[in-house]
Amino acid sequence: MLKHTPFHERTAALCASHAWRRWAGYVVASSYELVPDREYHAIRGAAALLDITPLYKYLVGGRDAARLLDRVVTRDVGRSRVGQVLYTTWCDGRGKVLDDGTVARLNEQTFRMTAADPNLRWLEDHALDLEVSIEDVSESTAALALQGPTSRAILERLCDCDLAGLKFFRITDATLRGIPVTISRTGYTGDLGYEIWLDARHALAVWDVLIEAGAAYGITPAGIFALDIARIEAGLMLLEVDYVSARRALVPSQLSSPFELDLGWTVSLDKERFTGRRALALEAGRSSDWRFVGVEVEWESLERLWADVGLTPRLPAVAWRASVPLYDGRAQIGYATSGCWSPLLKKYIALAHVRAAWSPPGTRLDMEVTVEHHRRRAVAHVADKPFFDPARKKA
Amino acid sequence: MTAPDVIVIGGGHNGLTCAAYLARAGRRVLVLEKRERVGGAAVSEQVFPGFTFSVFSYVVSLLRPEIIRELDLPGHGLHILPLESTLTPLPDGDFLAQWGDHDQNRRELARHSLRDAEAYDEFGRLMYHMAKAVRPVLSMVPPDPLSLDPRELRRLLRLGTHFRSLGSDTFHALFKLMTMSAADYLDEWFETEALKATKSASGIIGTFLGPRSPGTAYVLLHHYMGEIDGVFRAWGFARGGTGSVSEAIASAARRFGAVVRVNAPVERVLIRDNRAAGVVLENGDEISAHVVVSGADPHRTFLHFAGEKNLPDDFVADIRRYRFRGSSGKVNLALDALPDFTCMPGNGPHLRGAVSISPSIDYLERAYDDAKYGEFSRRPYMDIVIPSMIDPGMAPPGNHVMSIFVQYAPYALNGGWTDAKREAFGDAVIDTLSEYAPNLKNIILHRQVITPADIERIAGLTEGNIFHGELSLQQLFFLRPSHAWSNYRSPIRGLWQCGSGTHPGGGIMGASGRLAAMELLRAGE
Repeated sequence: MLKHTPFHERTAALCASHAWRRWAGYVVASSYELVPDREYHAIRGAAALLDITPLYKYLVGGRDAARLLDRVVTRDVGRSRVGQVLYTTWCDGRGKVLDDGTVARLNEQTFRMTAADPNLRWLEDHALDLEVSIEDVSESTAALALQGPTSRAILERLCDCDLAGLKFFRITDATLRGIPVTISRTGYTGDLGYEIWLDARHALAVWDVLIEAGAAYGITPAGIFALDIARIEAGLMLLEVDYVSARRALVPSQLSSPFELDLGWTVSLDKERFTGRRALALEAGRSSDWRFVGVEVEWESLERLWADVGLTPRLPAVAWRASVPLYDGRAQIGYATSGCWSPLLKKYIALAHVRAAWSPPGTRLDMEVTVEHHRRRAVAHVADKPFFDPARKKA
Repeated sequence: MTAPDVIVIGGGHNGLTCAAYLARAGRRVLVLEKRERVGGAAVSEQVFPGFTFSVFSYVVSLLRPEIIRELDLPGHGLHILPLESTLTPLPDGDFLAQWGDHDQNRRELARHSLRDAEAYDEFGRLMYHMAKAVRPVLSMVPPDPLSLDPRELRRLLRLGTHFRSLGSDTFHALFKLMTMSAADYLDEWFETEALKATKSASGIIGTFLGPRSPGTAYVLLHHYMGEIDGVFRAWGFARGGTGSVSEAIASAARRFGAVVRVNAPVERVLIRDNRAAGVVLENGDEISAHVVVSGADPHRTFLHFAGEKNLPDDFVADIRRYRFRGSSGKVNLALDALPDFTCMPGNGPHLRGAVSISPSIDYLERAYDDAKYGEFSRRPYMDIVIPSMIDPGMAPPGNHVMSIFVQYAPYALNGGWTDAKREAFGDAVIDTLSEYAPNLKNIILHRQVITPADIERIAGLTEGNIFHGELSLQQLFFLRPSHAWSNYRSPIRGLWQCGSGTHPGGGIMGASGRLAAMELLRAGE
């Protein structure tokens, strides 16, 4: 049996679509409503409530907690301040990315790390001779994302803390109608939004107060379909969709370094020692072979291809997760791994790996599209990520 | 039939495979099987009315995908059904289950150890790489490492190039795998006893070794090789029992023109001027042929059919040293209901997979201790499947058949195997299994107990060794069955070998039969 998240009693009752999917051994909603569009628009226009419990979560504490994390992740944890959240990758000894996630400094000696894959063994294996405790709190900690322009107003109605003062990528203790939680100003949508971390025992109570307080602000439970479009617009990559973990890669061509994923900014070579440092220092000195970029498909080109078969362009209703070839002339110079029609930007966009020479924004490419059973090529160009970046995200 | 070009001794799956390939190439082939049915150790029989047992070999392990393809075995009735889970019941009432679904499997392992749940995938990836590294070796004729013959050198070079391409991680892991015990090897990865024991069990099957004996780690790989051929689902249960694999190959051989004769036991190979000239049947009939291929094991082929006096002394000494030491038996049950396992009561998906009685490494090693000193294990390792759960045709509706592979049952039992000893062995198996499934004794309609002595007597496998000789390192690859004669030939011209006692051997693979046929055709025989 797949696991149910502690919110399942509520989410199952709401799931009119019966569209469920797996996420890290849990079953979660792909969408709740029969037509999922509204769930996406809540992210951009009101507030979407997403069950993100399946994330793996580790509590790392003790005198050497920061030292342990600094051995593992690429960013500088030792220099982070209490209440700060770092987005980071971590790599194997070859400097190839194993996973990506966040490290939140809850207090001087306690951190919460989130990950897409299990990492307990990896953390423990780095903890030799360190005074540190590592606890897998994946099941005991429930998590919700409240994302969208009205998310702050909803939380302000419920909580006693200074939300206006909580800056982007900061975290704070709070109580929601007396229930202890931590609230981080983080998310996977590229919008104003928060993530709420709580004891799984309080899950239903927290869900209920959010729904109640949010009603006047358009709170809408949203599934993975909606999230997928938002995260592509935000240019955020997803493990096992946009890149392969070095743990799972079977051949070298499946590996990616942080630089190749456009995450060179997360690599703190100032740190004396962390796994993969030597290889990353070498790579930093030269240019990487691959880059992770945004791609925008030209509408006119799509129109022409569809007009050839007597139709108007048909667009994917939900984001796709597949490998789609990118060409320059006859040569394949890359591949897109996620794509969608952006309902807000009215653009057909994708995230893609391209050889470095084709990575500058504006570079013209062709992307394969299937038009009435035939493979055609649509004109596209490399675009800046994120595709959508509202001021409210950080304001 | 006009006089055959080639006689194949033994209608086991390798003999039949060899015959099919030779017939496909236009040779007139005659297969001679001593029993009333083909299959050798891969036979299905109605031992009890309405109940079909895979009497000996009970799962299809590594039947080569190229054989399935080239002989169109599905077109000849082969249907392999998946066997997806393994349940290891534990003495304390708990269990360890390994499921086909990744999430379900991870969750179950995490119940025992979070670390093991994570290590499992990485272990799987390493084994994938190693199985991938070894797989080509299964499809190649072993080179003679000391020969200067250009063909042998080319083969060696190909092998060397292959191993150089592996990368140091895989190569070093492979070296460890070749030299370590299964228990030590698995200790480097896991902490859950039941997981280590259940995995290590695949390293001891068919050998007279315990999980702590060096060399057993290598046999683990065989299981993973089935997995990387996974698209073909070659690991599983043949519909109709393992006999249907043999029947499908025999049917393919006949389609290509081979003649398969049953009830035709061979007495000896006819040898004229140090060259095979045909065979003499037990009934005295002589059949001439230019080439005789033996699917029997090396001991029977050379010491029995060919005769020591026709062979060089050093070769005879080698074959005498070649180790069989059968160590396993079978108990086949006809049941009028399903067994009810205390740890997982009632009917359920666990009964469609394997049940492994392997609670800890100590348990397996103790089972081996009994055998070391000439006794069968009082509490043996068992690998149990209920084929009627997967293929309802194996038993009347509502009834079931249960196949129990049991180790250790030494061929050289103190005092020898007798009817009384056989029944005592059967009782030990039923008593042990009843500790985990208490209703077992009440649902047995019929039981068939098979000792290594029975395997030898019925299927003709020397000392009852299921692999035609142990799969231990000193008798693999270019040493199987003897150096200089690992290329399917023998010191007698025209006498060839194609059984599991040649490379790569072991399990219902068919690789030996196919490689022997290819080599024979290449030699222009």
